[in-house]
Amino acid sequence: MSENPAPRILDAGDSCLVVEFGTAVDRELNAKVQALKAALANKPAAGIVELVPTYRSLAVYYDPNRIDRAKLKGLLEERAADLGTGGTEGGRVVAIPVCYGGTYGPDLDNVCTHTKLPPEEVLARHTGRDTYCFMLGFTPGFAYLGGMDETLATPRLENPRAVIPAGSVGIAGKQTGIYPIDSPGGWQLIGQTPLSIFDPLRKPPTLIEAGDWVRFEAVDEAGFLAIKAAAKAGTYTLKTWSRKEGE
Amino acid sequence: MPLFLEVKKPGLLTTVQDMGRWGHQAMGMPVAGAMDPEALAVANVLAGNEPEAAALEVTLLGPTLSVEGQGAVAVAGADLGFCLNGKPAPLWTCLPVNPGDTLSFSGPKGNGGRAVLAVSGGIDVPAVMGSRSTYVRAAIGGFSGRPLRAGDRLASGELPPLWRKTVDFSCPESLRPVRDPEAPIRAVPGPQDDAFTEEGIETLFGSAYTISNQADRMGYRMEGPKIAHKAAADIVSDAIPLGAIQVPGHGQPIVMLADRQTTGGYTKAAVVLTADLAVLAQRIPGQSVRFARSTPEEGARLLAERASRTARLIGLRTEYRSRPSEGTPEKSPGSGNWKLTCQGRTYTVQWQEL
Repeated sequence: MSENPAPRILDAGDSCLVVEFGTAVDRELNAKVQALKAALANKPAAGIVELVPTYRSLAVYYDPNRIDRAKLKGLLEERAADLGTGGTEGGRVVAIPVCYGGTYGPDLDNVCTHTKLPPEEVLARHTGRDTYCFMLGFTPGFAYLGGMDETLATPRLENPRAVIPAGSVGIAGKQTGIYPIDSPGGWQLIGQTPLSIFDPLRKPPTLIEAGDWVRFEAVDEAGFLAIKAAAKAGTYTLKTWSRKEGE
Repeated sequence: MPLFLEVKKPGLLTTVQDMGRWGHQAMGMPVAGAMDPEALAVANVLAGNEPEAAALEVTLLGPTLSVEGQGAVAVAGADLGFCLNGKPAPLWTCLPVNPGDTLSFSGPKGNGGRAVLAVSGGIDVPAVMGSRSTYVRAAIGGFSGRPLRAGDRLASGELPPLWRKTVDFSCPESLRPVRDPEAPIRAVPGPQDDAFTEEGIETLFGSAYTISNQADRMGYRMEGPKIAHKAAADIVSDAIPLGAIQVPGHGQPIVMLADRQTTGGYTKAAVVLTADLAVLAQRIPGQSVRFARSTPEEGARLLAERASRTARLIGLRTEYRSRPSEGTPEKSPGSGNWKLTCQGRTYTVQWQEL
C-alpha cells in the first residue's frame, strides 16, 4: 500500500465519527490508526471527548455542544491526509514475564498434544516472537495481540471455564492473549503473568497500549513469586524499550 | 456533617452512577453512567449539587433506606412510588430529611423503569478512573463495584453550603424531561448501514420491535422482523458507540447502552440519538419500540436543548435561594446581623454566606 487512499469518515450517531482506514487486520493499516490518534492527541481540539483506536478505525467521540460536526469532519480529513508514510516496525516493546505450565498453565499439555511440540519448544516459540497490540477491548485491559507463531495455534477448550484468574496467558486459535481481570473463558491457558495487567487504581491502569509490542519472557515459579511481591510493593519496574526497524 | 443512608432493602438493582467513566475506552474500559442522564442532572440540581454528581440509580423496585443526619434528597425520572416515612412523597422536589427518616419505593407507577435518587453532597464513594459510576461486570467504581446490598452504609459528600435554602425547590413541569412511551426512537444510519440491504434498513425503520427479557444496562435486545444483511453480519472489530443498533447474524437489533463493551465485531445499522437513549432506557421488557430515521444535526439540537433546560433549572435554583428568607434566622447559619460602632454611630450590617 504505497499510495495513501483517503479514509472513509462514517456517521456513528450525533456524538461520534468513525475514521475507517480499511476493513482488514493489517499492521500497516493499524499504524495509520495509531498515527491519527497520536496526531489528534498531540494537537487536541476542544470538544473531542475521547479517541478509541481499533484494528482498522479510529472512533472520535465528541460533544456536539462544544464542537460543530462539520468542522470536526474537516479537521479529521485534514489530519488523516497528513499522516506521512511512517514505518510499521517501530514502537514500544513491553516485556511480560510469564510462568509457564503447571498450575499456572493447566492447558500447556493440551497445546503440546495439539501442536505435537514438547513444552520447551512451545515456550521457545511463544517467547521467541514479539506480538503486536492492535487494540484493547472486550474487557477492561484486554489486548488483542497479533503475530503469534502460528505453529502454536490450538482451538479453544470445548468446555469454557467459569472463572479464569487475572493474568492467565492463553491461546485461542491463532491468537494469544492475557486475561486482565477474573472472567469466564475458553482459551487454552499455558501460563500466568505475575503482573497486574489492568488495575483501575494505578496510573496508567493498563501496562499495554494499542500500538505496543509484547514480548513474553519465561520465569520460573520463584521468579513469578518475586515479581508478584515486588509489583504489589510498587517496586517492580516494567521493562520496556523501543523497537528497532527490521527487528 | 455528611448525611448517611443505611440500606435496609437493596431493591432490584440500585447502583451509584454519575455521568460515566469517559476517556478510557481506548483501554477497553466501558463507560457506564446513568441510563437517564437528564434525570440525574435534574435530581442533583434539586438536591443542591452539581448536575454531574454521583447519585443512586434505582431500577423498577426501589430500595428502602434509613437516614442518619440531616440533609436533602430529590428523586427524578420514573415514578417508582417514592415514599418518605411510608407516605407518598413528591418527585422533582428538594425534600429535607432528618435522622430516622425512611426513604422507600412502593413500586413502579407505569411511566418508566428508572429513577434517580440524589442526596445533598452527592454519594461519597471513591472516584475510580475519574468517575464514581458502578461498572458491575468488572466490579469497578460505585459502592464496592456492585449493586447495593442490605446493610450497606452510604455517606454523602460534604453538604453544599446552601442546601437549606434549596429545600422545597421543585423543577417546573416544563423543565422535566419527557419520556413518552409511544415516541419513536430516533437514530442516525451508520456506521455499517451499507452492510444491510435497502429492505433491511427499511425494516429497521418501518417495524415495531418488542424489548425482550434480555434488556439491561449493557443493552436492549429487541424482537421483531429480521433485518437483512447484504452478506456477512460480522466485521473486523471496531468501536461500539453509545446507542449503536447492533445487528448480529440473527437479524434482531440490540441497542447498546451505558455498560456496553467498548468494541465489537457485529455490524451496526444505526446509532440512536443520545437524547433519545433515556427515552428508550425508561422502557421495560415487553414494551414496544419503533425506530425513526434521523440526522446528527437533530441529535445535536436535542442535546443543546437538554443542556439549556439544565442551565435554566440551575438559574431558577439561584433565584429560589436568593428569595427573601422565611422562618427564623437562626435556622440559616449562613447569614446574620452584626452591630458595628464607628465614630460614635452604630450600624447594623447584614451578612450572608454565598
